[in-house]
Amino acid sequence: MKKAYLGIDIGSISTKGVIIDENNKILASEYLWTEGNPMDAVKRLLKVLESQFKKKTYKIVSVGTTGSARKLIGAMVNASVVKNEITAHAIGTTSLYPDVRTILEIGGQDSKIILVEDGVVVDYAMNTLCAAGTGSFLSSQAKRLGVEVEEFGKIALKSKKPTNIAARCTVFAESDLVHKAQIGHKKEDIIAGLCKAVVTNYLNNVGKGKKILPPIVFQGGVSKNIGVTKAFEEATGHDVIVDPNSHLMGALGVAILARKSKVENDFSFDIVDMEFSTVGIECQKCANHCEIICVYKDKKMIDSWGNRCENGAIPIKK
Amino acid sequence: MEKCKIAFPRFGNYHIALEFLFTKGLGVEYITPPPSTKKTLEIGSKYSPDYVCSPFKFNLGNYIEAIEAGANTLVQTGGVCRLGFYGELHEQILKDLGYNVKFINMSRADYQKPLTFYEEFKKVNPDLSVKKIASSLLTFLKMVECIDEVEDFVRQNVGFEKKDGEMEKIHEEYLNALKSVETKKDVKKITKEYMKKLKNVKLKKPKKLIKIGIVGEYYTIMEPFSNHFIEKELAKKGIVIYRWMNVSNSVIHNDGKKQKKFIKHYVKYYMGATSMATVYKALEWAKEGFDGIVHVKSFGCTPEIDAMPVLQKISNDYKIPILYFSFDSQTSETGIQTRLEAFYDMIIMRKEKKK
Repeated sequence: MKKAYLGIDIGSISTKGVIIDENNKILASEYLWTEGNPMDAVKRLLKVLESQFKKKTYKIVSVGTTGSARKLIGAMVNASVVKNEITAHAIGTTSLYPDVRTILEIGGQDSKIILVEDGVVVDYAMNTLCAAGTGSFLSSQAKRLGVEVEEFGKIALKSKKPTNIAARCTVFAESDLVHKAQIGHKKEDIIAGLCKAVVTNYLNNVGKGKKILPPIVFQGGVSKNIGVTKAFEEATGHDVIVDPNSHLMGALGVAILARKSKVENDFSFDIVDMEFSTVGIECQKCANHCEIICVYKDKKMIDSWGNRCENGAIPIKK
Repeated sequence: MEKCKIAFPRFGNYHIALEFLFTKGLGVEYITPPPSTKKTLEIGSKYSPDYVCSPFKFNLGNYIEAIEAGANTLVQTGGVCRLGFYGELHEQILKDLGYNVKFINMSRADYQKPLTFYEEFKKVNPDLSVKKIASSLLTFLKMVECIDEVEDFVRQNVGFEKKDGEMEKIHEEYLNALKSVETKKDVKKITKEYMKKLKNVKLKKPKKLIKIGIVGEYYTIMEPFSNHFIEKELAKKGIVIYRWMNVSNSVIHNDGKKQKKFIKHYVKYYMGATSMATVYKALEWAKEGFDGIVHVKSFGCTPEIDAMPVLQKISNDYKIPILYFSFDSQTSETGIQTRLEAFYDMIIMRKEKKK
């Protein structure tokens, strides 16, 4: 049996998974929507991965989780590594592009910039205020314009004169977009304008004060949008690399971290058929009223968190 | 006349020294507001303008909780930023809410003329004795210095305890013991005793230490609840935490001129409030080769926003990573955790590469 490692990246909008071998080669991968239910999304993800995976040759010996639901899913799959998405993304990308200096990442609801020097993260930033300029912004605007968000990039490339969209704030961007459409701007120009606005917003909010040096790698769901990639190239004056697996970098990174951790935990695809649930409790022991989350596997509590102090700790009955 | 029961908003551990000053020096009863909690912030936010800096909301929550605990006279300090207007607005809001309390607003006093402070307080206790105030003021200042000294020690060592929670327990006991002091001599004695206990706590320190300095806005940096216990979170990862900003350094031993000279290549003019000290300490720690700096402020704090471009320049010049936090009444815990974790990972990776 050869060893394999599973990395799961559970984001706000999408859930990604990869299985790699000892040499970081991707053996199986999948990308699907989280749909507000991370536990269910991971079950669906595992079903697909299982079907792609040669169970007779490989055995998953370690699992890593990242993304905003990393802790919850980490408890569910008995992960040996639970890592924040900034580190995971950096590890994933530098494994494929060791010379990278700047990683631009735009996901469903957050965006980040990671600066790398000799394969090591030296600085990073994450959006703090508003989702303007992230994936969910683009998909909601696509819906308004009656096109599929997947088509956005191609349509944008057709434009010769992108419309200026005031995109400092998501809500105002929407009103400006409606206004521009009502006064007769072409759809492709508006879409190209939106792609440009995403880039402007990103550079102003996330990239402010940071030196963007080549080689630049662009990743996260939005990197699939060629219109945004082109706008990044124009704004930075450099080529922007988009890997075919650009949406899987976080999952790849955390799979690599699981491999490097040398910690081996039993993993079985059987958890797909188990029942997982969470119960939220508001701790009443002081005025902080911490929201404590308890995770249950087949009605047995396996983990809990959310308490700020020892008084709120809920012991796990073995 | 109704007996005066005075209260001042929670601020780090200084309520212990304040209680001493008010009861022993001014001869009035002091009501310590209950520790700040989520409820404090909820009450404060409910009656504050949404866009005001979060210390205002915390203070207002503290006032209301203090009134519920029996306070009838509230004190607000003056300040060199929006803080200077806090008192007036707090007083108005509390009045509009129907609370019948006296309000002592120190921004009405003139810092150049200490006697004006006396005049403010004479309003609550006409029998004020200058002699009593003077002697208890000295003890008060010593208490503040000792509270800060002990905190500094804990901050730099708590991450390396062999047995978790030992230092915190001794620290708590120390603060409790401090509540019963009478003289400056008592303060010194108790502090010495507890410092010895703290130094006896068994530590497990690695050879190469990770050092992080914390800079930022006055209230947020000193009131742990408002910065989501960031020092504790960092220390838990095995980090030595340095913080210069406290009442001893910023008020009692203010060295503004030295600061200005030290940062003259970065800052030409006085930038207001805590921003000069922020730049000063960040530069000093960058020069000393610290592994990172964390900058904290309440959302919308103008002087600290002004300091940020300077910090970015220092970060570039000295290749030192700086993590920026802006705390608000609506900050998400997950976002803080993610950024702290990533910051720690980055420092570790940088350190490993340097080897």
